[in-house]
Amino acid sequence: MAVEIVAPGLAASVQDRGRTGYYDVGIPPSGAVDLYSSGVANLLVGNDPGAAVVEAAYMGPHLRFTERAVVAVTGGRMPALLDGEPVPQWESVEVAAGAELSFGYLEAGARIYVAVSGGLDVPVVLGSRSTYTLGSFGGFEGRVLRAGDVLPVGTGSGTAGRSVPEELRPALSKDVDLRVVLGLYDYRLTERGLATLLDTTWTLTPVADRIGFRYSGGTLEWQDREQPFGAGSDLSNIVDAGYPLGSIQVPGGVEPIILHRDAVSGGGYAMVATVISADLDLVGQSSPGTRTRFRPVPLEEALAARHEAAARWRQVRELLS
Amino acid sequence: MSARRPSRYSWGGDEHLVVQLDEAMSLEVNFAATAMTRALADRQLAGVADICPANASFLVRFDPDVIAPDVLEAQVREVEREVESAPSLALRTRIVEVPVWYDDPYTNETAARFRDRHQRPEGNDLEFAAAENGLASTEEFIARHSGSPWLTSMVGFVAGLPFLYQMVSRERQLQVPKYLRPRTDTPPLTVGHGGCFACVYSVRGAGGYQMFGVTPAPIFDPTQTLGDFADFMVFFRPGDLVKFTAIDERRYREIGEEVSAGTFRFRQQEVEFRLDDFLAAPDEYNAALLEVLDGR
Repeated sequence: MAVEIVAPGLAASVQDRGRTGYYDVGIPPSGAVDLYSSGVANLLVGNDPGAAVVEAAYMGPHLRFTERAVVAVTGGRMPALLDGEPVPQWESVEVAAGAELSFGYLEAGARIYVAVSGGLDVPVVLGSRSTYTLGSFGGFEGRVLRAGDVLPVGTGSGTAGRSVPEELRPALSKDVDLRVVLGLYDYRLTERGLATLLDTTWTLTPVADRIGFRYSGGTLEWQDREQPFGAGSDLSNIVDAGYPLGSIQVPGGVEPIILHRDAVSGGGYAMVATVISADLDLVGQSSPGTRTRFRPVPLEEALAARHEAAARWRQVRELLS
Repeated sequence: MSARRPSRYSWGGDEHLVVQLDEAMSLEVNFAATAMTRALADRQLAGVADICPANASFLVRFDPDVIAPDVLEAQVREVEREVESAPSLALRTRIVEVPVWYDDPYTNETAARFRDRHQRPEGNDLEFAAAENGLASTEEFIARHSGSPWLTSMVGFVAGLPFLYQMVSRERQLQVPKYLRPRTDTPPLTVGHGGCFACVYSVRGAGGYQMFGVTPAPIFDPTQTLGDFADFMVFFRPGDLVKFTAIDERRYREIGEEVSAGTFRFRQQEVEFRLDDFLAAPDEYNAALLEVLDGR
C-alpha cells in the first residue's frame, strides 16, 4: 500500500508528533504545526495518534491511493473531493484502490492533515518520522513532497464513518487571542514598548511557515543602554541564547516573530514573551492577515490551559477509541 | 570565579525554563553555563526533554505534567549553588583544525549579491571587518582570526551550527556588527562573524553574520557518510576547541576530493582545557594547545 503524490499542493510534508532530545545541537522538534488536528486525523482512521500524516499549508495536495484504505482529513476548512465528489472533513472515509483525493480552496485556518490507516511508513530518523527540511532529513527524503513521490503506508485497519462532533473541532477564526507568558528579555523593553506589544492588534504577514510566524502592526521601544559585551549594537540584540518554542522575538523592535515547530534553536534577538503550549495549534492555523492579540497570563494559567487541552484530548480519544 | 550578579530565571511559556547567567559574554560565564547544564543532565530528571547550553545562558525544555515547574526550578537552583561553590574549571574536550579558504570567490559573490543589506557598499565583508577592527589589511585580520584558538560556546540556530568565542583577552576580540538586514541565502560551510562570535554555517539558508571564507569540511552530515559522523550527524559539541587554518584554492580542492571519496577526517586531538591556567597566561596556554593539535 502506498500514497502517490499526483500534485503536492503547497509546502506539503510528512509529520508526526516530532522528536525530542536534539534541540541542544540546533535540531528542533518538528512535527505537526497543529498537533491536535493531526492526532485526531490518526484516531479517526484507527492509528496511534503519533503516526505520520501529510501536512499541507494553504493549498491541498492531490493524492492517489494504490490500494483500498481508510483516510481522514482534519485541520483547516478545505473542501475535500474523492474522485471529484465531496467528502466530509473530520470523518473517516473509505477509499478504493486507485481512488484520488484532491481539494478545493482553503476556507478557514491554514493547514490540513491527511491520515491514512496504517500511517505513512517513512524511515524513523532520530526517533521521529517528521520532516526537518532545513536539515534535509526525516519525512520523505528530508524535503517537502513533490509530484511523483510514492509514500509507503504501514498496515492498519480503519473503519469508515467515524466522525468528530463540531464542538471537538478547533474554532478557526481570522481574529485570534494568543495567551502569552511574559518574561525572558522583556526587561529590555520600556513601559511603552511593553504596552505596544500588548495593546496592538498584530496582523500575520505572508512570512509564516513551520519555522516562524511574523506579524506587523507596531514598533516596540527598547530601553536605551550601552550594549553588553558580545551582544551586537542594535538594542534588540542579546548575546546569542536559546529560543523557546513559541517564544516571541522582535528584531529591531518591528515585526514580532513567533517560533514554531521547526524553530531556529537560538540566536541574538531579545525574546519578550512565549505563547503557551495550549495555543500553539492556534498559531499554526493562522493564515496571513489573521488579526492577533497577545494576552499575558501567569504561568499558573498557562498550566491550567494545558490541563484543559489535555482533558479535551482525552475526550476525543475516548470518543474514537 | 569573580562575583557576578544573580542569575535571572524566567519561564518560556509552560515548557521552558531560561536561566541567564550574565548579559555579557565571557569565557568564565560560558564555563559556568556548561558546568550547570552538565550537572543538571547528570541528575537525569524525568520530564526534562532538552538541556541546551548557550553562550551566557541556558535553556531547559520540559514536560510540566511530569516535572512541576517549581520542582524543576529548585533542582536548577541547587545545581547553580553546587557549581558556584565548586566551580568546574577543567573541561575534557578536543581541539579540532578547521581549514578555511579565506577571501574566496564563492563567499565574495554571495556578499556582492546582498550588498544592499550591508553597512558598506564597496568592498567585501573581510575588508569591512579589518577596517572595523582598526587593522591595516585583510591579511592582518586573517592572521588574527586564524592565530588563536576558539571555544565552541554554543551549538544551534540551525542543525549543528557552532558559535565560537576566541580565546583572547577582551581587548583583542574581533568584533563586527551583523548585516543591517539578514541575507536570504548563505552557502553552506561559510565562515561567518557577528558581534564577537564566529560561526560556521552548517546548512544553506538565511544569515546575518559577516562572511569571511569557506571550509571544504562538512560539519553536518545527515547521511552520516564520513568517518567523523559515524556516531551522530552533528560534528560540533559545546566545549570543542577550534583552530582555523588558512588554506589556498589548491588545498580546498584536495580536501573537497577527500570529502567526495569519503576519506576526509578532521585533524583533532583530545585535550583537557583548564580555565585558570589559561587565564593566568593565555598566549602561552594557546601555544601549548596548538602543540597538542600538532601532536607534539
